[in-house]
Amino acid sequence: MKREIPLIITAIFGSFMVIDYFVPHPTVSGFGEMLQQWAIIVVAFAYVLGVANIARISGQKITRRSRDWPYQFPLLAGLAFMLTVGIIWGVGERTLFNDFYLYAYSPMQGTMFSLLAFFIASAAFRAFRMRSFGAALLAIAAVIVMLGRVPVGAMIWDKIPVISDWIMNVPQMAAKRAIMIGASLGAISTGLKVILGIERNYLGGD
Amino acid sequence: MERFDRRYIFLVIFVIVLFPLIWPLGLPIRVSKEVRGAYVAIDKIPPGSKVYFACDYDPGSMPELHPMTIAILNHLFSHNVKVIGGCLWPGAPPLLEEAFNKVAVEKYGKKYGVDFVNLGYKEGREVVMVSIGRSIPSTFPADFYGTPVSKFPVMQGVNSLSDVAMIVNISAGYPGTKEWVQQVQSRYHVAIASGCTAVSAPEYYPYYQSGQLVGLLGGLAGAAEYEKLVGIPGTATRGMDAQSLGHLAIIVFIVLGNLFYLYLKKKGKLARR
Repeated sequence: MKREIPLIITAIFGSFMVIDYFVPHPTVSGFGEMLQQWAIIVVAFAYVLGVANIARISGQKITRRSRDWPYQFPLLAGLAFMLTVGIIWGVGERTLFNDFYLYAYSPMQGTMFSLLAFFIASAAFRAFRMRSFGAALLAIAAVIVMLGRVPVGAMIWDKIPVISDWIMNVPQMAAKRAIMIGASLGAISTGLKVILGIERNYLGGD
Repeated sequence: MERFDRRYIFLVIFVIVLFPLIWPLGLPIRVSKEVRGAYVAIDKIPPGSKVYFACDYDPGSMPELHPMTIAILNHLFSHNVKVIGGCLWPGAPPLLEEAFNKVAVEKYGKKYGVDFVNLGYKEGREVVMVSIGRSIPSTFPADFYGTPVSKFPVMQGVNSLSDVAMIVNISAGYPGTKEWVQQVQSRYHVAIASGCTAVSAPEYYPYYQSGQLVGLLGGLAGAAEYEKLVGIPGTATRGMDAQSLGHLAIIVFIVLGNLFYLYLKKKGKLARR
C-alpha cells in the first residue's frame, strides 16, 4: 500500500487536470482551481525546507571543517540577517531589507553576470575551432548573428542584419521547432506514463 | 596557445567595453520587426485598459532586462494604461517596485493602487500562471506590502486574465515566456509580448512566428530598439556601443584563435613530414 496509494492519487489527480484543461464546466474548473491553490500552498513549504536544509548542510560543513568551511559563516549570517530584518521591519520601500537588496545584493549579482563577457571572450579565443565543416558553419553563423544584432554590423555592411535575420528566422527556427515538438511529445509520453503508473521514479527510494 | 595568459584577453575586453561607456559613439540603432511588433501591439491598447506585467527576473539579469522594463513601462504609462505587476521569481518584486517608482510615480505622477499595483511574488510557477488565468485575486489575495488587493481601484473589475488587454512578460528563464505561452496563451488566448535575455531569444522565435507572441525583445539590443521607438534613450541605448565593440572583439578573438590553430596544425604537419 506504501506505493499503491501514491500511484492511485497521482492517477486520479493527474487525469483530472487533463480533463480540466479541455472541459470548461464550472464544476470541473472550480475543483481544478482548488487543487491549484493546494499546490501553491504545498510548494510554499519547500522554502521552509530549503532554509532548514541550508542551515543543516552549512552547520555540518563547519563542524566537520570541510573544504571552504569558513565561507559558511557569511552565508549563514546573511541568511539570518535578511530573514530578521525582513520579518521585523518588512520588505517594502525604504526598509533595511530593501536597501540591502538593491544596494548590496543587486550589484553583486550584476557583477557576477558581467564576468561572463570576459569568460566568453577567453573561450572564443581558446575553444571556438573550425575543426570540421560543421564547426566552420557554426562559427560563420555565430559571427554573422553577433554582428547583425548590434549597430556596428549594419555599419560594416548593410546586408549583415538581413542575413542575420534570415539565419534566425529560417534555419534556426526550423531546428528549434523540431526540438520543441520532439521535447513536447516526450513530455506528453512521460506525463501519460506517470498517470498510468508505468513511470514510478518520482516515488523515489526502493 | 594553451599557455597564453588569458588575463590579456580580459584586459582587452575591459578597455573595449569601458571606452564607449565613457565616450559614447552614438552608433545608429536599427529596429527589428519583432521589437516593432511589441511596440505596435502595446501602442494599440486603449487608454484606461489594464495590462498584466509579469516581471520574471532577478538582479543577475537586471543589466540586460531592467532597461526593457523601464522602456515598456514608459510606453504604458504615457498612454495612461493601468499596470498590474506580478512576479514568479523571488528576487523580482523589489526590482518591479524600483521601476514603478522611477517611471510611474516620479515621471508620470501615477498613484499606487489607482494606476498600478505590485502584487509581489508567488511560488508555484506554472500552477500560479494557470491560477492567475482563473482568478488573480484568489492567487494574489494581498499585494507586495500585504494590503488586500480588493482595496485597490486598479483591481476593480479584474478577476482573471480575460480582463486584461495584454500580458507583458520580462523573462530571464524558467519560469518565463515559454511557460506563459504554453500555460496561459494557449489556454486563455491573451496577447503576450515578451522581453527576454539575448541567450533565450532564439527559443522564443517560433512563438513569435506562430503569433503566440505579439512581439519579442531580445537582450540589451531589443531594449535599445524599444527605447528608440518610445523616444526615451536609456541605459540600453548607451550600452549598445559597448556591446557593439564587445561583439567585434569576440569576433576578432575567434578569428585569431583559428589562425593560431591553423598555423599550429600546419606546423605539426610539416614536423611530421
